[in-house]
Amino acid sequence: MNTEIKSLQQSENVGPGGPTPIAGENAVDAFVRRGYRHGFVTDIESESVPPGLDEGTVRWISARKNEPQWLLDWRLKALKYWQKLREPNWAHLRLTPIDFQAISYFSAPKSDKDRPKSLDEVDPKLLETYEKLGVPLHERARLAGVAVDAVFDSVSVGTTFKKELRNAGVIFCSFSEAVQDHPELVRQYLGSVVPSRDNFFAALNSAVFSDGSFVYVPKGVRCPMELSTYFRINAAETGQFERTLIIAEDDSYVSYLEGCTAPMRDENQLHAAVVELVALENAEIKYSTVQNWYPGDEHGRGGIYNFVTKRGDCRGDRSRISWTQVETGSAITWKYPSCILRGDHSRGEFYSVALTNNYQQADTGTKMIHLGRNTRSKIISKGISAGHGQNSYRGLVKVARKADNARNFTQCDSMLIGKNCGAHTFPYIEVANPTAKVEHEATTSRIGEDQLFYCLQRGISEENAVSMIVDGFCKQVFRELPMEFAVEAKALLEVSLEGAVG
Amino acid sequence: MSRLQIKNLHATVDGKPILKGVNLEIESGKVHALMGPNGSGKSTLAYVVAGREGYEVTDGSVEFDGKDLLGLAPEERAHAGVFMAFQYPVEIPGVNNTYFLRAALNAQRKSRGEPELDSMQFLKLVREKLEVLHIEDDLLHRAVNEGFSGGEKKRNEIFQMAVLEPRLAILDETDSGLDIDALKLVADGVNRLRGDDRSMLIITHYQRLLDHIVPDAVHVLADGKIVASGDASLARKLEDQGYTWLEEGGIQPVKERAEEAAAG
Repeated sequence: MNTEIKSLQQSENVGPGGPTPIAGENAVDAFVRRGYRHGFVTDIESESVPPGLDEGTVRWISARKNEPQWLLDWRLKALKYWQKLREPNWAHLRLTPIDFQAISYFSAPKSDKDRPKSLDEVDPKLLETYEKLGVPLHERARLAGVAVDAVFDSVSVGTTFKKELRNAGVIFCSFSEAVQDHPELVRQYLGSVVPSRDNFFAALNSAVFSDGSFVYVPKGVRCPMELSTYFRINAAETGQFERTLIIAEDDSYVSYLEGCTAPMRDENQLHAAVVELVALENAEIKYSTVQNWYPGDEHGRGGIYNFVTKRGDCRGDRSRISWTQVETGSAITWKYPSCILRGDHSRGEFYSVALTNNYQQADTGTKMIHLGRNTRSKIISKGISAGHGQNSYRGLVKVARKADNARNFTQCDSMLIGKNCGAHTFPYIEVANPTAKVEHEATTSRIGEDQLFYCLQRGISEENAVSMIVDGFCKQVFRELPMEFAVEAKALLEVSLEGAVG
Repeated sequence: MSRLQIKNLHATVDGKPILKGVNLEIESGKVHALMGPNGSGKSTLAYVVAGREGYEVTDGSVEFDGKDLLGLAPEERAHAGVFMAFQYPVEIPGVNNTYFLRAALNAQRKSRGEPELDSMQFLKLVREKLEVLHIEDDLLHRAVNEGFSGGEKKRNEIFQMAVLEPRLAILDETDSGLDIDALKLVADGVNRLRGDDRSMLIITHYQRLLDHIVPDAVHVLADGKIVASGDASLARKLEDQGYTWLEEGGIQPVKERAEEAAAG
């Protein structure tokens, strides 16, 4: 028996003259004026490849990174495929066409040749940048018990806690280092979850990826600390194409957090990352993202185009992968962290908060592909739209023919703040096994004038009321984040919403 | 001096006149009841006093302890001591009730120049209040009104009132949707919160709440004006004869009286 429900659509778009205006909307504009806190440019000489993309560019990048022949071949194959593709246009996004020949595909701080051996040798200005970002490498990382592998533009500049991790047998390094030091692992797993021909942006990334993180957790090891990477795009007109690969062997556990910030620039910058996770038997990977790329200004000028392919493969029985994301930045977010539930009894989870303010657009969600028996997935998505923001949830739950007793629960809530924003839900459900149980719940609410007034009447200021209501709305997702990042995420949301209601 | 003095209050909602010259005075420490048929403007009066957006005052004045209340933002009115118990208390999913109430109390304390309470001090205060009101403390651990029964929501309002200790409490149809047991519990809570320095305006459609909370005065609002005022017996009369007798001229309208008072 085949049950197939495709593309249930549910949209609420509030335009001028739309449904009931909310009290306080006049102040919507007032709130937004607060500038982007991470908008500074670090004045470090960087070395970039000239704009444009052809075989020569790929060869240049690969040679510069001293890569083995097989990897160059892999890149070139991806490039060849990419050159035949067209940009996808199915997402609910409006964007000016990207000129892929106008982008520089590699940028590294100039000191690359004699890379710092320790943090002491790192350009103090760079460290200052991290300070401004709130990521002082030495102190905060140590205090928080977090190992940070910071990616500054395209080259990883400093890694902490390596020793402690090495003692546990965990490999945590930049992708480039992994290519040099653990080529057999990279070769075995690279592209095994997201093939280079997966989609337009994955193919592009495969051809030109610059750096990223690599994690390998051996059998039976519980990674002793949260692993964390801060990505940051600095140089103007460069794309950042990082590539992350996490492998959790049988019975292992790892929790990984990435945070992203980009400086303020008028032009749009492209970010097309690929993240691959492999969880073998009984292994668990928790992957958390706090994304705060520059969202553009209040008129929609500038901002990051964030086109990311993230996918986890629950390859082993009883394995488990969970994605938690807090997306407050970027002019455009296009990302669907997904789980392939291949192993029997494997579990996939997706917790998401996506906030769009001003002219930001987000088309995000997940795919849960049930292949094994008794697989379970859970999707909790919270979309918040303010200003002229457009927020779409797009999710696929697919139950294959052999996936007996698959279970999915999806909860998809949208919150609208103001009258010019929109929330859209595009759930796709494909079920090919009659024993499957798939539940989908969706709500759309407006930050109610009644909720706001209730808080005001009790003496709470409007600003505090809004952040309280939004925080409550996102609670289910925040509690999946490691404690210190939950605090950060909450603060980030507050900053992003400042001025959204007034 | 009156705690609350409303003079010739006119207000519109979406341009439609709802209040058409309300005069009302409540002395410090007194409990007044405001009754009237549906659509007479009872809740509108409550919202206007509390400062809800969308309720536009076109004429008249509202003074609180001699100060102009209409010039204040809603949260400033709360800081001044105005509290409104909602007819439909609002759910705020994911926001803990205790957290919410502490934020409210501390905002009010801060505005008065008093030190904020830390969570231990606050918890102590809250436990005292719960005990006095005979309310279960599981209320503290839940999200604001989320999944509460009608009775729980109303009790939560009274509990908030107990913690915030307002100088003027407006209870907007607090009895609506309650069975008799829940009604008694709520009324009992209100009675415990009566005090010399707390005035109350109890808005109700039915007299039955006033069996449990005996008011010092009763007013009848019809078509945006106070058409009758009297003591607690007026409420019983309304109960016996319904609101229609007002329109049939069965009672002498107090309009003139109120206007005289306003003029004097």
